[in-house]
Amino acid sequence: MQNHLEVKLGKKTDRKGPVIFSEYKRGEAIKKALSMSREDILFELKDSKLKGRGGAGFPTSTKWMLTAAAKAEKKFIICNADEGEPGTFKDRVLLMEYPELVFDGMVVGGYTIGAQLGIVYLRGEYEYLLKPLEDYLEEMRKDNLLGKNILGKEGFDFDIEIVLGSGAYVCGEETALIESLEGHRGEPRNRPPYPINTGFLGRPTSVNNIETLAAVSHIVVKGGKWFAKFGTDKSSGSKLFSVSGDCEKPGVYELPWGTKISELLEIVGAKNAKAVQIGGASGHCIPKSQFDRTLAYEDVPTGGSVMIFNENRDMLHVLKNFMEFFVDESCGQCTPCRIGNVKLLEGVEMIEKGQYTFAHINKLKELGRTMQLASKCGLGQSSPNPFISILENFKDEIFNRGNGGRNGR
Amino acid sequence: MLVVEKNALSEEIESYVEKYGNDRSALLMILHEIQKKHRHISEFAQQEVARLLNIHPVEVYSVISFFAFLNSNPKGRNLVRICQTISCDMKGKKQVVQAIERELGIKIGETTKDNKFTVEYANCLGLCDMGPAMAINDQVYVNLTPEKAVELLSKVK
Ligand SMILES: Cc1cc2nc3c(=O)[nH]c(=O)nc-3n(C[C@H](O)[C@H](O)[C@H](O)COP(=O)(O)O)c2cc1C
Ligand code: SF4
Ligand code: FES
Repeated sequence: MQNHLEVKLGKKTDRKGPVIFSEYKRGEAIKKALSMSREDILFELKDSKLKGRGGAGFPTSTKWMLTAAAKAEKKFIICNADEGEPGTFKDRVLLMEYPELVFDGMVVGGYTIGAQLGIVYLRGEYEYLLKPLEDYLEEMRKDNLLGKNILGKEGFDFDIEIVLGSGAYVCGEETALIESLEGHRGEPRNRPPYPINTGFLGRPTSVNNIETLAAVSHIVVKGGKWFAKFGTDKSSGSKLFSVSGDCEKPGVYELPWGTKISELLEIVGAKNAKAVQIGGASGHCIPKSQFDRTLAYEDVPTGGSVMIFNENRDMLHVLKNFMEFFVDESCGQCTPCRIGNVKLLEGVEMIEKGQYTFAHINKLKELGRTMQLASKCGLGQSSPNPFISILENFKDEIFNRGNGGRNGR
Repeated sequence: MLVVEKNALSEEIESYVEKYGNDRSALLMILHEIQKKHRHISEFAQQEVARLLNIHPVEVYSVISFFAFLNSNPKGRNLVRICQTISCDMKGKKQVVQAIERELGIKIGETTKDNKFTVEYANCLGLCDMGPAMAINDQVYVNLTPEKAVELLSKVK
């Protein structure tokens, strides 16, 4: 088996999918967009009902409309390539295999909102992609897909640069990302103001997930109505799922929104799953009894991380792993998150050792709910999710374990 | 630090400032370049960066201390980071870590006596479908077994 991950940009494996992985030729979306008015592009996006794929699910057409309407000499579009949520790797696959979709989407975004510069915030863990991606951008410049008067469009100048993050999950949060781009600690800002009017260097800025930008490229070429044909009424299009854990075929899958969890498990060959963590560490743990639920904004929304646990897995161990992650990654700026996550982790360790009372555990659940309300950013607001959902859904397994051993063993 | 070394480092940092600009927004990339080359960002380097970007050295330090991949104290010549997150954990991260610890005679978080390796945990590396995964400097390795991991380390100079 190959151990060294070979990085060859644009080399596609035999991926198939209705939208993102469908046919696309480099530059196509840019060419089409430049023949359209900005308003028409926004109309197509509105028709597509595309929502941001980075997790928050904000309508992309609204975000771009607001950024386009903001009056400023300079504007920016930022591609959020910080992909730090445990269990997610679809953005890496898009960058490696489909850079044309991502960068063309950025150019379209730059044109639509009136930005002159696009910045890719690439997580430090993906440093091995930096040079190949820079070479790719150089090729785009040669073909006038970047630079001055792009494809002969008088007055449309746009370029893209890449900035490397340095190992901080919270920098995926858009205001923390902007802080760190400005040369500060990556600590989230109070919102409002939002980046759409006060973003990078105080200018209007649209921050978009990689997959969102890739979807835009297809929408511009094939139309918003075409995109909205896929998925459900409230969740249009398709979603990339990063599947890992106990299954025969882990990897990235493109499926329409509205797919049942059980269908996904079938596709990836997960035979004896007892739980799936949807949405990464900050997501929710879904037990077997709920596998008929659907992946969609209106039921189980997700940025696409799917981690599968089979019958032999110790769910308390899983929970502990997640809480250690949050203790590590909390930026420490606000108290509910800085202290709260440590307390929740301590609670897990007490259960592990059999030294807990239910009164205390219930207090910790209450603390979790306070964190959801009182934390400053999405990290602290969602970090109690696994604590609450795993303890609730697996209470028999977890509280029937004997001292130190699993399930009384 | 010798004066010649200091001068060389100053020149090096000046070249980064030339490349990325002298605005504060260039800080992250400048620090990244220094970290990559020297495996740490020394106090002197911090002062030089601060001088060239016209900010206080403490500002530079506070950014370094924020990020997991930036550090002001020297580490080994090669940095090994093993993913500790759950998908890799379920695929045998522990066995890989134990094998590396035995082979190098250090615990995770430590640096070998000959300064060749520093071994650390990292959070999810975005290679969860191919775990266990680890990074050696800026290259990544996947589908590890204890034996494979040790073999890969033995090939590092
Ligand atoms: C702790 C935290 C981490 C995040 N990490 C990412 C990330 O890695 N990638 C991403 O696209 N969005 C991430 N987000 C969401 C961003 O703040 C933002 O909503 C998103 O980039 C907007 O793009 P979209 O509208 O295309 O989804 C994160 C949010 C939080 C609170
Ligand atoms: S919630 Fe956590 S990560 Fe977010 S600002 Fe507060 S301490 Fe920082
Ligand atoms: S869990 Fe190890 S790379 Fe994601």
